[in-house]
Amino acid sequence: MKHQHDVVIVGAGLAGLRGALEVVDGFDVALISKVFPTRSHSGAAQGGIGAALGNEEPDSWEWHMYDTVKGGDYLTDQDAAEVLALDAIRAVYELEHMGVPFNRTAEGKIAQRGFGGHTRNFGEAAVKRACYAADRTGRVILDTLHGEAVRRGMKVYSEFHLLDLLIHEGRVSGIVVYELATGEVHVIHARAVLLATGGFGKVFKTTSNCFANTGDGVYYVYRAGLPLEDMEFVQFHPTGIHGLGVLITEAARGEGGVLRNNEGRRFMEEYAPTIKDLAPRDLVSRAIMTEIRAGRGIGGSDFVHLDLTHLGKERLTEKLSDISSFARIYLGIDTAEQPIPVSPTCHYMMGGIPTDLDGRVVNENADPVPGLYAAGECACISVHGANRLGCNSLADLVVFGRRAGKMMRRELAELPWPTLPAAPAQRVEETITAVKERTAGERASAIRSDMHRVMTDLCSVYRDENHLQSALEEIRQLKERYRSVSVDNKGKAFNTDILEALELESLLGIAETIVLCALNRKESRGAHFREDWPDRDDREWLKHTLIRETGNGVEISYKPVTITRFQPKARVY
Amino acid sequence: MEMRFKILRFDPEKDDQPYFRAYMVKAEESERILDCLNRIKWEQDGTLSYRMSCAHGVCGSDAMKINGRCALACQKLVKDFHGQEVVLEPLPTFKVLKDLLVDLTPFFRRVDEMRPFLIASNPPEQERRQSPEDRKKMGEAIRCILCACCVGACPVANENQNFLGPAPLVQAFRRIFDTRDEDREARLKQVNYPDGVWGCVNHFECTRVCPKEIPVTKEINTIKRAIRQELGEEQSE
Repeated sequence: MKHQHDVVIVGAGLAGLRGALEVVDGFDVALISKVFPTRSHSGAAQGGIGAALGNEEPDSWEWHMYDTVKGGDYLTDQDAAEVLALDAIRAVYELEHMGVPFNRTAEGKIAQRGFGGHTRNFGEAAVKRACYAADRTGRVILDTLHGEAVRRGMKVYSEFHLLDLLIHEGRVSGIVVYELATGEVHVIHARAVLLATGGFGKVFKTTSNCFANTGDGVYYVYRAGLPLEDMEFVQFHPTGIHGLGVLITEAARGEGGVLRNNEGRRFMEEYAPTIKDLAPRDLVSRAIMTEIRAGRGIGGSDFVHLDLTHLGKERLTEKLSDISSFARIYLGIDTAEQPIPVSPTCHYMMGGIPTDLDGRVVNENADPVPGLYAAGECACISVHGANRLGCNSLADLVVFGRRAGKMMRRELAELPWPTLPAAPAQRVEETITAVKERTAGERASAIRSDMHRVMTDLCSVYRDENHLQSALEEIRQLKERYRSVSVDNKGKAFNTDILEALELESLLGIAETIVLCALNRKESRGAHFREDWPDRDDREWLKHTLIRETGNGVEISYKPVTITRFQPKARVY
Repeated sequence: MEMRFKILRFDPEKDDQPYFRAYMVKAEESERILDCLNRIKWEQDGTLSYRMSCAHGVCGSDAMKINGRCALACQKLVKDFHGQEVVLEPLPTFKVLKDLLVDLTPFFRRVDEMRPFLIASNPPEQERRQSPEDRKKMGEAIRCILCACCVGACPVANENQNFLGPAPLVQAFRRIFDTRDEDREARLKQVNYPDGVWGCVNHFECTRVCPKEIPVTKEINTIKRAIRQELGEEQSE
């Protein structure tokens, strides 16, 4: 079936919804989502949204900008960090005006708390900058923006999966989607496409990400021959519930929680003497892994303790109730009485689809691709550089989602209807038929769990040449095996079996780019740590990576970092 | 340990009637029922359909009936069912589309009818002020993840398709008791009808099953009280 909309937005998390609100009045907009919009993964964000409101103590957007740059280990584009830090303030007030139920200070202002890497006066001490609604900040912002979409009568295609991006002669003309309920393939012809497809943590075994985070949008951009940026930078959140990967928010440490090793020692005092447990995530994750490697994991095992027992029941109930319920449900632990076993979990992708400050997707020459936009975790602006700070992601989503929407609105005035390619759904339909008809093949789940093992064992917090080389070989073998992927379910209605098989193509493609970029970057910066190249090397590597499939193989090139106010210096906390 | 599952299957393309199918799964005590479902689907039977996404009780996708009780499959652990057979069925009340997957369209329509957005004019330049006490009034309602467990468990909703249902009423509560909202009276009037707030007769099943521990029945009763106090004789019990 064929549809036509001026604008199609893929992904109904915060970036997609916020972008949509800019164009819904005046244009025919369709919002496509793999899941019902309020199930989007933005809803899993817990701790807060960063903005220098200064409600609890003095703060300034310049300090926020500096923290974002330093947190990103100076790979952050500073023009983007400036936009984020300045505009986050307006964005948070806007969210409050839309009805987000933020916690409040005694005077009735939006309450704020400490978060990793956020400091006052350029690194002096931790500052309270994260605006929060208990530990379900993402959830209530998602509900609020979705409510706005309901108010404006937004057209939503729920449970439709993106399967192809139609790009022809440098111009996007629409997308191909799969309707879960019917198995029907639809072509949506559009003048503008905004990708807001989120992250792709499902490349790894242990992750805080949801099952929907398979990076389809990012992969289809790459498959179309456009570059991806900084794919080597994968954030591992220090405090996933051990084994499960379920996130325990950094706000737990923002409220005063501390990490302890098997000696009961608060080990972050050694790794980050100034801000201790509120150091940025890359540092804390490495500290935990270092403790574990030195045999100081709990009981000599591969986890440490997050101790919240001194915070008191009331504070835990008021401000950290969701994570307390996770500990109770999954571990049978009362956070007021016992520490939580935690270890790093794959959480966030700094890399993704390169865009300018207004969400326009750019090619390897930094020229915009007409009609194609990206925002949110799938995009790389790059506002997070080599390591994103906690509570900067929600700010990114609403600030840059809005900017992408505004730019789309401006450009739509001039954007003509592109011509659809002949038989636009052919490739997707042929793939689906081929997978369904294959009788002797391998289940997607077998290949996927091997990918999880490879990425987790060989390409995580610590990396080196040998392991990465093995990872590359293994991922390439898995791509070979994928050619014979088959499914049990040959039906049409709600065939999640075939969708998982199709998602695996995206995951494997993305996994390969992560490994290739990690192999290529011979230095350690932010979340990318090479044991064989343990130092940051600004002379050689203060630049963004671009990876592109040229048709004749993979090509890696570079893009300069935008430096405006803050010259790179040693990153000490 | 070895777990025995009985799952109610229905494929609209093939079956006239739903039927139970049994599966055996190896599972660790600490694993989730959702992990077992995934193992069945990934290793034994790819034709099985259900919804899931976050897998830790924040998205609300995997609501179903587990041993007779509406719950999220990602919040129930293997150890909770030690030695027992686990029976999985789709959420009651709703039309079954395939296996454990139900049609939530009417549910979301009712939520949308509650106008789930703030109605307020003239915002100040910065934030509106709200006291911590006022903010606290909606502190439990904002936990709702629209999983529909409460509606599935509600005896009234099971018998009367016209009953507005617990989750939409929690959504109404969320706005009625948001001190920033300027449409309180209209919102109270909107749920003030026999199949609205008055349809609830305090079975407390919603409260028992709510995966986010929202005191649903209490909130419904709070709306009733506000209607009695503020709309007076207009109440249509």
